[in-house]
Amino acid sequence: MALSFQLKAQNELERMGRSNIPLPSGPETSCPNCHRTLKIRTLEENAHTCTCGHHFRMPARRRIAFLTDSDSFFELFAEVEANDPLAFPTYPDKLRKARSTGERESVITGYAKIHGQECCLFVMEPGFMMGSLGSGTGEKITRLFELATEKRLPVVGVTVSGGARMQEGLVSLMQMAKISGAVARHGKAGLLYLVLLSDPTTGGVTASFAMEGDIILAEPGATVGFAGARVIEQTTKEPLPVGFQTAESMLEHGFVDAIVERKRMKKTIGALLKLHKRI
Amino acid sequence: MEAYDRVRIARSNMRPTGIDYIMNIFSSFMELHGDRRYGDDGAIIGGLAYLDKNPVTVIAIEKGKDIKERTERRFGSPHPEGYRKALRLMQQAEKFFRPVVTFIDTSGAYCGVDAEERGQGQAIAENLVTMMELSVPVIAILIGEGGSGGALALAVADRVWMLENAVYSVISPEGCASILFKDISKAREAAGYLKLSAQDALQLHIVERIISEDDLGTSAFFDRLKRMISQELRILNDCETRNEDRYARFRAF
Repeated sequence: MALSFQLKAQNELERMGRSNIPLPSGPETSCPNCHRTLKIRTLEENAHTCTCGHHFRMPARRRIAFLTDSDSFFELFAEVEANDPLAFPTYPDKLRKARSTGERESVITGYAKIHGQECCLFVMEPGFMMGSLGSGTGEKITRLFELATEKRLPVVGVTVSGGARMQEGLVSLMQMAKISGAVARHGKAGLLYLVLLSDPTTGGVTASFAMEGDIILAEPGATVGFAGARVIEQTTKEPLPVGFQTAESMLEHGFVDAIVERKRMKKTIGALLKLHKRI
Repeated sequence: MEAYDRVRIARSNMRPTGIDYIMNIFSSFMELHGDRRYGDDGAIIGGLAYLDKNPVTVIAIEKGKDIKERTERRFGSPHPEGYRKALRLMQQAEKFFRPVVTFIDTSGAYCGVDAEERGQGQAIAENLVTMMELSVPVIAILIGEGGSGGALALAVADRVWMLENAVYSVISPEGCASILFKDISKAREAAGYLKLSAQDALQLHIVERIISEDDLGTSAFFDRLKRMISQELRILNDCETRNEDRYARFRAF
């Protein structure tokens, strides 16, 4: 379907202060793409998308409600949470603030049905330290893959992450290897791993499980990359190309299977799960 | 010694680089080039050699010796092609049942538009998945800087060792300082928080062994390291639960 507005490249949005726009909390917000004022309720009714086609970041619980069949989601490993392996200053405060969202970690894991298809599901939470990969996050995702391997179920994952969690140092880095090991075993068992990249998916998450899916979908306009755009700009001292590190650019360079609009997401994922069902 | 002093030592261009380890520990090194996809990355050197009388696959991140070589090798920051070359060599090691030894010395994977467009993240991710499942013994040795995912992409191993003054970190002290204090000059303070020294990594069970630098760069040093590698490869070679053990090693974090 043709979009009524041309979507701006994500790095242009970033320059306009896109990253400073909080997750919707008041009664209204404005679209960073077309500058319309949007009622939060309208936004929620439209799966957090604007009529111009801009996809807002979506809290994990809303994403789950939107993506799964009603009452089919059964949360698992909710008791797993971050600890502070390095005794890093200010980390306890950061965690406390992140937990005021009601979540204990930056990912929600569980069992679900999507268009009648069974799967194990993980969805990262942008409101929890921008989905950063901590040891609790890694543990939940690893357990989910291990369970899915045992139960012979596909895994569907939605990534939103600024990357590894600095405050957990090397322990965070090791999560990348730990999850990759579980993904490898799940894959060797002949099972499907479908990943949906949403805005933003960067750093250590891109350099591990976000890029390890058999099928990799992305939402329109999502920032997807490894190194931070600003860091690259400072290093190379050259302006970044328009559309750099967007889902569209990743598609063009062959790192994404398809870009799927949110309103078609559930149907698309359901259809892909069905296609991989063994008869 | 403060953590940041270690960082400075680890970054020193007086230290032996990857190629010195290859040439002094192994014999008959034959360098193999290219990722068979796009190009050949000078930041990573790989090939075949003998350790005693046994063929091994060796892979090293190379920072370069003089300014010209350093620039060509981008100071040891690999492009995706470098990681894909390493991947290709590791898959061949598996095919021909050769152990793999890697030497790591990088401030991080190269940060640039072309590296991103050729899938830096995907290249690292593929190495992690492949190395977790590699059926041959793998030893990784951090000889200088161990910069985040760019280092981990060659450090998913049965044994990970670190030189006494090597550092291993999820982010550079400068990067950490700029996030934490919005002030890059506080890198010294940030380094202390990151627990990036070999001693810290040992305590966190990130590495199994610290290699003394008392005689760094001398033939005695390389001989000692060679004996350690030979002995450990023998142990790993006889270990029937090697793959389970490697999974458990990383599963524990």
